[in-house]
Amino acid sequence: MSQETVDVLIIGAGASGAAMAWSLAETKMHIVCLEQGGLMNPLAYPSTGRDWEARAQSDFATNPNVRGLRTDYPINEDDSPIKVANFNGVGGGTVLYAGHFPRFHPSDFRVKSLDGVADDWPIDYNQLAPYYAENEKMTGVAGVNGDPAYPSDNAPRLPPLPLGESGKVLAKGFNALGYHWWPSDTAIITEDYDGRAGCINLGACGAGCAQGAKGSADVTYWPHAQRGGVELRTRCRVREITVGADGMATGARYVTGDGQEREIKAHVVVVACNGIGTPRLLLNSKSPQHPDGLANSSGLVGKNLMFHPYAWIQGMFEEATDGFAGAHKLMRSQEFYETDESRGFVRGYTLEIQRGMPPVRTAHTGLRHGRIPWGEGHHDAFRKMFGHCTGMVAVCEDLPEEHNRVTIDPVLKDADGIPAPKISYTLSENSKRMLQHGVDRATEILKAGGATDVYSEWPIPYGGWHLMGTARMGRDPERSVVNEWGRAHDCRNLFIIDGSIFVTSAGVNPTNTIQALALYVADQMKQRLANATLFD
Amino acid sequence: MTRETPADGHLLNETEWHTLRALADVIVPPSEKYGIPGAGDEAIAKTIIKDANYGDKLARLVAALDTLNAMAQGVHSTVFAMLREDQREFVALTFREEQPAAATLAEQLVTQCYYRDDRVVTSLGMELRPPMPEGYKVEDGDWSLLEPVRRRDPFHRPAG
Repeated sequence: MSQETVDVLIIGAGASGAAMAWSLAETKMHIVCLEQGGLMNPLAYPSTGRDWEARAQSDFATNPNVRGLRTDYPINEDDSPIKVANFNGVGGGTVLYAGHFPRFHPSDFRVKSLDGVADDWPIDYNQLAPYYAENEKMTGVAGVNGDPAYPSDNAPRLPPLPLGESGKVLAKGFNALGYHWWPSDTAIITEDYDGRAGCINLGACGAGCAQGAKGSADVTYWPHAQRGGVELRTRCRVREITVGADGMATGARYVTGDGQEREIKAHVVVVACNGIGTPRLLLNSKSPQHPDGLANSSGLVGKNLMFHPYAWIQGMFEEATDGFAGAHKLMRSQEFYETDESRGFVRGYTLEIQRGMPPVRTAHTGLRHGRIPWGEGHHDAFRKMFGHCTGMVAVCEDLPEEHNRVTIDPVLKDADGIPAPKISYTLSENSKRMLQHGVDRATEILKAGGATDVYSEWPIPYGGWHLMGTARMGRDPERSVVNEWGRAHDCRNLFIIDGSIFVTSAGVNPTNTIQALALYVADQMKQRLANATLFD
Repeated sequence: MTRETPADGHLLNETEWHTLRALADVIVPPSEKYGIPGAGDEAIAKTIIKDANYGDKLARLVAALDTLNAMAQGVHSTVFAMLREDQREFVALTFREEQPAAATLAEQLVTQCYYRDDRVVTSLGMELRPPMPEGYKVEDGDWSLLEPVRRRDPFHRPAG
């Protein structure tokens, strides 16, 4: 088994690993990132072929068990009504995400103080604000300044995505009811930016952006990080993080794409494998020094798994909408974001407005919701629906509960024989009430916009996009896994930077916050490297 | 995972092949009105099999077709493809009701192949091309609709 020693080992080349790699590159340390997936080739993305919708159900499916690629690991999801959506490759989940890129609200960091539930974060919005700005600059964000639902940020934004016909009918619905809406902050560049070409409305954002307009981490951070000297090794799957007699991390054992077992030594190890992959790796890294898994003296590694339970609500209109052309997320509403206990639940949700659907998805949806029949009437019903739909999803804040968790499945293994994760998750009563509220309000909005028919579904079964909370941050080592700057309480040269460290989930998409946190942790590391206190 | 392709190129046996085509035609029948074939069209059915040959889908599809034939045998003592049109519809709808997961798989495979067939796509008025590289035009829209929201006072909650 070959060995080498580097300064920093980053495990995972997704949203957070990429941001960390870029930020640390300026230190000129020897930094290596190991990624179990491959380098993405936009020319091979589904939208370059006529079968693009079919491929979104196979090799570009969002669920790893459906996708089943050699680079994926299986997940036992039998005990969860919400299935995981992820991607394993350079860019991670951002390869398939929709690019909705909002910040958290200031109140999201103070949930316990404001609402008496969950916990406060050990950091606040103001601490993260400069890192949000840096992340948005690196990514390229389209939007409009001045949203009354947010504090002023004066962030430079590219022109917003087009409202189109879908935006028109939905804006009318929101305005008729006096509800808030605003053009989405979206990680999709609407004009050329940082060497990337602007959006041309491919309408296939969720299966990789062949244009490179969507800000997936492989096209935003990685080119800069690699130019800065970071070494990115693909098809390298980490089996375990190794530790020394003193309990400090010493590196990792990993398997290459051709099955060779390797070991790498590192002075610092950074874990960036998402809310499922990170606890899986930590729990698989047992040792005499860490018998319950690495950094798990609190017993909280894997616990407090949070998704965002999603409700999906769509309306059919007499007039034509945009169909599937254009980026998926064009507007958001945060009318119901902050707690109002008269609604019957605490915390809240964002309504994310979607455009329309391509033909195959129209047919699937119509069949599933009884709007398109088998046999006689199929074609007329399809044509009534196709290009005449638009709608939204309610992205609901999920509160941390210890029984929602990631464990190691006793039987299931990946292609390299590494034990696979199992998730156990129950939808809370608070979430159910919030989801129903979202469906009811969205139905009103769609009808006010002129919808002649509205149908909905909650929770979206394959909607586990956002994986959070399973190695939470905090000041108390008994109640958290990492401290307020991302360092493991139990292991002073181990850092965790992905959605695992979220204390609460907020009611918005997490990627901007995940990357801002990674940049914040990187800065904390650099400051402590400078004054030699990183391991104190 | 995927089924090995026999020398003659068929992944289904003859009974399965005819059952698939008959079921696909029940789900999406031909239309004289729109001048388009049903999903049981030979070329479309071949695409269905090709798409099904991913992961465990083909095995699940074959199991669904076997179930459908067993149901047809139980009621009419013959395989599904040999039934009259009204009999097929009845058995297929029973299958959809009693085997929802299998029926959903069949629906998904049928529609993902049907709605990319050139004849069908043309009948929908769409261009025969993938989204990349031309993309699509989306109207910028009426931004005056945002004015009422712009006038609204900030309402984000203080962090305490």
